[in-house]
Amino acid sequence: MLLYISSMIVGVAALVSINSFGDNLRQAIDAQAETLLGADLSFEGRTPFSDVIEAVIDSLGGEQSRRTSFASMAYFPATGDVRLSTIRGHEPGFPYYGEIETDPPEAGRSYITGRNALVDGTLMHQFNVSVGDSVRIGTVMYRVAGRLIQTPRETAAVMLFSPRIYVPLAELDKSLLQRGSRAEYEVYFRFRDGRDADAIVDELKPLLRAHNVRTDTVKEEKEGWDRSLSNLYRFLSLVGFMALILGSLGVASSIHVYIRQRIQTVAILRCFGAKAWSTFHIYLFQAIGMGLVGVTIGSALGFGIQALIPIVLGDFLPVDVAFSVSWSAIWLGAGIGMGVTILFALLPLLSVKDVSPLIAFRSELETDTHRPRSLFWWLINGIIALGIILFAVIQAPQPVVGVFYALGLFVVFGVLWIVARSMIILLRRHTPRNFPYVWRQGIANLYRPNNQTLIMTLALGLGTFLIATMLLAQQSLLKQISLVTDGDRPNLVFFDIQPDQVDGISRTLAEYDMPLIDSVPIVSMRITALNGETIESMRADSTRRLTWAHSREYRSTYRHGLTDSEELIEGVIVEAVSTNHEGLIPITVESDVAETLDLAVGDSVEFNVQGIAVRTEISGIRTVDWQRMQANFFFVFPSGVLEEAPQFNVVLTRASSEKIAAEVQSSVVQHFPNVSSIDISLVMNVFDAIFRRIAFVIQFMALFSIIAGLLVLSAAVFISRFQRMEESVLLKTLGASRSQILRIMLVEYSTLGLLAASTGLVLAIGAGWGLANFVFEVDFVLPVQYLLYLVLAELTLTIVVGFVNSRGVYERQPLEVLRSEV
Amino acid sequence: MSSVLSVKNLTKTFPSGDRTITVLDNVSFDLSAGDTCAIVGPSGSGKTTLLGLSAGLDNPTSGSVMLCGYAIDSLSEDERAAVRSEHVGFIFQTFRLIPTLTALENVMVPAELRGRSHVGDEAREMLASVGLADRTHHYPAQLSGGEQQRVGIARAFINRPDILFADEPTGNLDADTGSSIEDLLFKLNATAGTALVIVTHNPSLARRANRILKLRRGAIELDELQQAASHVSQSA
Repeated sequence: MLLYISSMIVGVAALVSINSFGDNLRQAIDAQAETLLGADLSFEGRTPFSDVIEAVIDSLGGEQSRRTSFASMAYFPATGDVRLSTIRGHEPGFPYYGEIETDPPEAGRSYITGRNALVDGTLMHQFNVSVGDSVRIGTVMYRVAGRLIQTPRETAAVMLFSPRIYVPLAELDKSLLQRGSRAEYEVYFRFRDGRDADAIVDELKPLLRAHNVRTDTVKEEKEGWDRSLSNLYRFLSLVGFMALILGSLGVASSIHVYIRQRIQTVAILRCFGAKAWSTFHIYLFQAIGMGLVGVTIGSALGFGIQALIPIVLGDFLPVDVAFSVSWSAIWLGAGIGMGVTILFALLPLLSVKDVSPLIAFRSELETDTHRPRSLFWWLINGIIALGIILFAVIQAPQPVVGVFYALGLFVVFGVLWIVARSMIILLRRHTPRNFPYVWRQGIANLYRPNNQTLIMTLALGLGTFLIATMLLAQQSLLKQISLVTDGDRPNLVFFDIQPDQVDGISRTLAEYDMPLIDSVPIVSMRITALNGETIESMRADSTRRLTWAHSREYRSTYRHGLTDSEELIEGVIVEAVSTNHEGLIPITVESDVAETLDLAVGDSVEFNVQGIAVRTEISGIRTVDWQRMQANFFFVFPSGVLEEAPQFNVVLTRASSEKIAAEVQSSVVQHFPNVSSIDISLVMNVFDAIFRRIAFVIQFMALFSIIAGLLVLSAAVFISRFQRMEESVLLKTLGASRSQILRIMLVEYSTLGLLAASTGLVLAIGAGWGLANFVFEVDFVLPVQYLLYLVLAELTLTIVVGFVNSRGVYERQPLEVLRSEV
Repeated sequence: MSSVLSVKNLTKTFPSGDRTITVLDNVSFDLSAGDTCAIVGPSGSGKTTLLGLSAGLDNPTSGSVMLCGYAIDSLSEDERAAVRSEHVGFIFQTFRLIPTLTALENVMVPAELRGRSHVGDEAREMLASVGLADRTHHYPAQLSGGEQQRVGIARAFINRPDILFADEPTGNLDADTGSSIEDLLFKLNATAGTALVIVTHNPSLARRANRILKLRRGAIELDELQQAASHVSQSA
């Protein structure tokens, strides 16, 4: 019953650890809610606050601390390296709650006075920067005062997208905040008088919205995190759910084997007058007793694993999660574990009830498995299905989600089962008869009586499926990113270039023999009215639902015609208008945003182009291939309108190597400190780093499944130990050498590993293809080499676990085993 | 006639707590090619131990066994396996077929272990010779006890062994089936010239052998040579 207990241990341990961690996380979020925001209230805008808002800020009083953030190139003179980073200029005060964790610790407080910077750890590691080195942002040089570890409102994972650099707001190079540059202006409040920040927000909402100012309070921030974390929790619950179901399948499987081995005993008991239900109860109580042992060990183990989860998920969490005992999680895990175990044990136990006393005399009756299913059989199956749904509902954040979990699980296991079973049948029926004997015997061993091949294939296959799907999705996306810059396409973009800097950038590119593939002017604007109806009036109308497309800031361009990533699907393109054009300006709109804004050809759109109203008419609708590495736009104006508006340029070029890309970026940053750049290798690196962290989490999940599979394998090999000894001895008696017997075992375990890996791979290829085509909309890539590594790893694990559990099988003397029957 | 099995002063003891149990005590006998020998005696008299030691399945405490020209007690495990593969066949009371292989595949096993390939036709012939031509693709669980033992016999003879060891070959079969199995064994002995060593409790089977070794407490109590016309007895 080792298999039975170990299956339960894995399932219960997963459940207890995940539920306990969930409880700890919720407690941590509640306890540290204020540090999530770092203040009681914040205002955020994309432009400097208007006079009206400044007056509001002034009237609110309390303690205030401002922050301005924008993207800019950070230049490290010691190495000459540059990297696009998020620069945050802080005033003293923030954060009012929690603290900026740094190394050395005092830097989080001291950096705010003087030209000091706190630099993200990843960036420091990447460029080998030490505390005391310099970093230049714009024209200002800062001393690196410390390494950023954790700060309110930012997780380590977010920092991967764009590394953070904190500097004092007073020491910021203000030229980097010229009109047209993307920046975020924030003010943080702390009210020591206990004012209700949410009430303030409710009161000011209409005014703030009208001025495009967003707000955040501790409650809103907490709700936001609760939403994100419920997704995380949903994901973790799924892990627990699958681990327990795998464990339960192990339970059903081991009870089946246990009962098959005791049929003779049951038959003898029946001969001596034991009632059918009495024998059933004997074994049910045994199963419950062993279940209790499994639940106890599983809960203890789960308690230990719980401490590991924050290590795995730490980068995605906003708070430090303290480790504490969650008795409710332990009781819930143990209760659900016990319940599911009994349910899954009932089905194989039912056969005890049907054991005929005749079997004591004629053991061949044992093989009669073609009896019609009894009412109890159907009843227990129904209870199992209901039990799984109930369990899923308890485990999921919402009941509906739980039902979907259960349905999803039935589908995943159903498909895995079909694939695994088909492969097993295929192998059995189509193993070539001219294969060498050792091969045929090894493969045939997978079908020995009471074998666990299917359950092992399922459990190991599920682990492979998870890991391989992740790998396939990652590779397809990476391939896509590298594809978009193949050939002569741009792979390096400079942006935030002022119009008078374009020539200088061109010259710098020419020095490095790099082409100026495109130079695109960009003008920031917001929509103020659609077909004569203002966004403000739409906002005031509670029956209207505004989308991101109504309120966002648009970066538009002006040019003649279409680029090669665009296609006109409706209307016409007006290439240019005269500078004294009267009436509506004909513009084109991207098809998706047209749909969101409900715009058609002929509709009018009014923009606020940095203070000036520009009235336009949709003359055409375009589709855009957004996957191309080039400047694409929602709205495109004809030439002759925006030339005089405040603007910046984007320049696209192509570097022949990463080294040249780094050199040219460094040179541009030194000559034009306000210009930022991004190259494809950076995108790839960021993407790769993020994927690696997500993959780590998924692998952790897959680990449960693989451990369950290997446990089933260990136990199955252990259970069939005597059978294996008999086989080994028989073969020795018939003249088999040690090497032949070991080779038979090798074939058996490698076939099992291959079966499991193939089952997982078949599904993963399907899922990866689906993800690539329907979710990411990229070409599906089959990274054969990586998949081979995965198969090899699984194969090795299976073989090692198989052999470890089979040790000593060969050493038995033939006569010992022969005598066991005499 | 050349000797296929020569057992000299064979003794086997087992430790049991502070005591030593002697299972076989100074047993000697010789068998020539084509001989048939029944080993009889009460339970615990050392029959199976004698069979196992004679076939090289275990090492004696003292004495020697010469099997088909090899001093097997001086060979390694793999070398003994090679001798068995080349010269010896086995039949077991509980048939001991491999449950995951068909009847045909079971018969092929010893030949394939010996490295012979394309033995399918030969195995089919063997199955036909034991009356199972139509059961080649059945698994052991789909065969009756008698049929399983026939497969066991076909398997034992596939390598044309010089000597065959049978441990209670009819012990698990009814009288009629047992009798037909006996016929088959002796027929194959006659046609293939294979020496037979049969451990049995069945007096009628023992009587069909031309030599009976009766064991008692690990020693040969009676070594009886039987001939068609006369019985010659000699004490051990």
